[in-house]
This record gives sequence, C-alpha cells and structure tokens, in this order.
Amino acid sequence: MSENGSSGGLPRLLAGISPSGALTFDQHLEIHGELPVSRRRERNGSAALIDQIERAGLLGRGGASFPTALKLRAVASARGRPVVVINAAEGEPASLKDRTLIQSLPHLALDGATVAAAALGAEEIILCVGSRRSVFDSAAQAIGERQQLLGSSPRLRLAQVPDRYVSGQESALVNHLNGGEAKPTFTPPMPFQSGVRGCPTLVSNAETFAHIGLIARHGPEWFRSIGTASQPGSALVTLTGPLAYPGVYEIEHGTSLASLIDAAGGLSSRVSAVLCGGYSGVWIDGGQLDALSLSNEDLAPYGGSLGPGVVLLLSEQACPVSETARLARWLASESTRQCGPCIHGLDTIATVIERVRVAKGERGSGQHLARLVSMTRGRGACAHPDGAVNVLASAFEVFSEEFVSHSRYGRCEACELPPELPYPGVRQARADTLVPAG
Amino acid sequence: MADRIRVNPITCEAHGMCAELLPEMITLDDWGYPIVDGRPVPRELVEHARRAVKSCPKFALLIEDKRD
Ligand code: SF4
Ligand code: SF4
Repeated sequence: MSENGSSGGLPRLLAGISPSGALTFDQHLEIHGELPVSRRRERNGSAALIDQIERAGLLGRGGASFPTALKLRAVASARGRPVVVINAAEGEPASLKDRTLIQSLPHLALDGATVAAAALGAEEIILCVGSRRSVFDSAAQAIGERQQLLGSSPRLRLAQVPDRYVSGQESALVNHLNGGEAKPTFTPPMPFQSGVRGCPTLVSNAETFAHIGLIARHGPEWFRSIGTASQPGSALVTLTGPLAYPGVYEIEHGTSLASLIDAAGGLSSRVSAVLCGGYSGVWIDGGQLDALSLSNEDLAPYGGSLGPGVVLLLSEQACPVSETARLARWLASESTRQCGPCIHGLDTIATVIERVRVAKGERGSGQHLARLVSMTRGRGACAHPDGAVNVLASAFEVFSEEFVSHSRYGRCEACELPPELPYPGVRQARADTLVPAG
Repeated sequence: MADRIRVNPITCEAHGMCAELLPEMITLDDWGYPIVDGRPVPRELVEHARRAVKSCPKFALLIEDKRD
C-alpha cells in the first residue's frame, strides 16, 4: 500500500497529478496500489460495499450531497441487471473538477465504477463526458488501457453529452443514453428503478466514484480520518476569483476559506461576495469571508452548501447587478423549455432584473420578484428552476443596496466590465489551469 | 398513507380545466399553469380530485400515494 494511502492526509484524489498529461494505468496503480475487486459476483455481493460506503459516510459530489450508500442500496434492490454511469458531464460553468479528474486522473473514477459494477453485478459502465476534446481523448485512452489489461468485463463505454447546464441531471443523462434528448424526464420512474435500456441504473458523479475507488482500497476509517463528522473526507473545489492561482484544489471538508485562498496565492483585489455551490448555490456577503468554512454544515446558516464544490469570489470592481442580470438570463436560456413554470418564471424574472438594472423597473419590482421566485420554485420536472431562483434570491439579499441604487439611477460604470462569472463559450480573464495543491 | 395531487409539468399545457374542477386545491399561476396544494386530498374532495384527473386533456394530473 502506498504511503499516501496509509496516512489519510491530502492530497488523496489529486496525488500525482501532472500538468503534462493524464496518468497512465501503471502510474495510477503505483500511486494508489492495486484495486481490490471481488471477481465473484455472489448473491448479495453488494452488501459489503454498501456497508463500507455507509460507514465511510460518503455523500454524492454532483451537488445534491445525497448519501451514496442509499443510492447503491436502491440500485441493488431494484429488479434487473444494473448499469453503472459515471457522470462527468459537468454542465456547471463554474466547475472544472470533473473534467480535471477525467483529463488528468481518469483511472480514479473508473476504479470506483469498477468496484461498484462488481458489487452490483453490472456488466456495463458508461462514462459520460462533455464536448471537450482533451477530456474525451483522455477518457478514451484510459478505457483502452484498461480493456487491454483487464479484458472486456465489465464493458466500458464512453458517451458524449451536450454541454448544457441541465444535461448532467440524472434523468436527462439516462434519456440521452437511451437515444433521446439530454433533457430531464418526469419521475418516477427514477433511474435506479428504470434507467439505461430500462435497467436499474446507478448514476453518480465522477468525483463520487473516485472516492469509492479509494474507500475500497483503504477502508471507511481512513476516509473518515479527515473532514467533518457529517461530511467526512476530502473534496475537489473549483476556486475562481481575483486570485494568483485560481483552479481545482483538494480540500478537507471544514477547511477555512481563508486557508484555501492562501493556497491559491492570496487575493489580488477585495471581494464583495462569495458564490458557494455554483449557479444553483447561494451568494454570501464578502464580509463573512474570513469566517467561512467549507462544508455543508458550516454553510447551512447562510442557506448554502458546497454543492459540486464551487467557490467563486466576486471582486469589488464587478457590478453585482449586472452579474446577476446576466446570470438570470443565462439560467433562463438553460431551461430545457419543457415545463411552463420554468420557461415563463425564469424568463420573466430575468426580464424584471434587467429592467431594474437600467432603472426601467416598475414600482414594487422587489415584491414582484419575490412573488415570481415563489411562483417558480418547485414547479418543474427537475430542480433547475429551484436552484435558479435560490441563487437569484440570495443575490437580491446580499446585493440589496446595489439593486436599490440601480433601480433609481440605472447603469453604473462597472456595468461595462466583462463578466466575472464564467459562461461556456465566453472568453474570460480566468486561468483555466489545474493546480495540484491542497 | 396520503393521496396527493401532482402535475406532470412536462405534459401540462395550461388548459386550466383542473383549476375549474378542483378550485379548493388548484389555482393557476400568471401563465395559466396549475399550482397544486401539496396537502393530502381531504376525503370530501376525493371525488372532485378524481374527476379533475380524468378531465385533464393531457393526462398531466395525477393522484400519488405518498407516505408522509
Ligand atoms: S424544470 Fe426547466 S429545466 Fe427542468 S425539465 Fe422542466 S423545463 Fe427543463
Ligand atoms: S387540466 Fe391538465 S393540462 Fe390543463 S392545466 Fe390542468 S394539468 Fe395542465
């Protein structure tokens, strides 16, 4: 067993990451050791793994923090031969961790999926990635390596998913893999009941699988030796903002934001607010910067969570009203336009915000927005409208002074600055580098 | 055990029939889409609820048996 494995410290996932290319299977095994996979698929073969994952307390890393053991158990107890899907679609524009994992350390997630497939008796693993060439190529290469060394059981398949915000939603992913559009479907049935080709399907985030692979090697106690009691282990965080080294970091849950900022070379400008959890997360006032710790329980008092591990620092130069107006319009444009309340709710909210920004709002726009938020929340087939109104409602609160000022005086000078919030296809003053630090 | 009303927002096309047949539990939003009251359907409304479900031209309204 490697030193990295026995000590339990950081880095765990990012151990050995290299900017010059993906780790090969050999290099990966050298760092992490052999993968203990039971070859026999006994009846109830899943019980041991589920027990291990439950004791580890692993929570899903796609954003919802759902206990992975519960998901495994649901798939294991459904009828039929399961399919395992690694979700690295990463439609969240402020997140780079899943593409980092697949691009630089592709065998971590494949390990976890292999362990899960063996335990569940699945014969097929599907790795879903976005459209980035470098990520796709690295995934294809890793799959090739494994097939050569391990044979073709389970089958490994690579699938490309459209780069849309909602594409990685579980039912959308399943629908896409079944030949439909990458749009959410009405549930039930949930993917664990009827997913790919109608089989019970385990869809989990790439980072979640990466942790499963390490827990299978080192055990639940090792996993729990860092992190918090309710959120054990480490997490990948995409840190963006006015920093010397923005990028993907591995942190221990509960780490202070200040220490992460230090690791990223410190701030090059003052920060007006922190967006935690990505574009369905919450804004927290920059005044809290030094008090914030990165775990769901630490962020809960602010109504937030770490979500998919996104921490975005907005500089004081940026106009928060412009940033919010753009975010609202983008979120509306990412509706899959299947559900009336999502289409109309998000569109109307974006329109009202834009009118406020340019001081063309009606009187009572604040109340109007609050009403639209509650009218939209909880009314779609997926959680997109809920996440969207939550992040926007938190912006109204945190940036209330700026909104009032815009509603009176309209555009400000900072409105003309390029966006600080990243959007796909929009050029950005943002380093897209991978930083192997912890 | 409690029966609750749910809308399939993907198939619903805002015909609004449901709100006419079950105004006690369904109102319409600004765009004509139903907002359902998430409480269990009270006994005296069960018949009306069933009728609303049957009358939806898109089969978008359902009664779900959800445990509390
Ligand atoms: S809620 Fe919005 S994003 Fe989700 S399925 Fe409906 S239309 Fe698409
Ligand atoms: S009757 Fe059916 S289609 Fe019409 S609003 Fe009600 S649920 Fe939607």
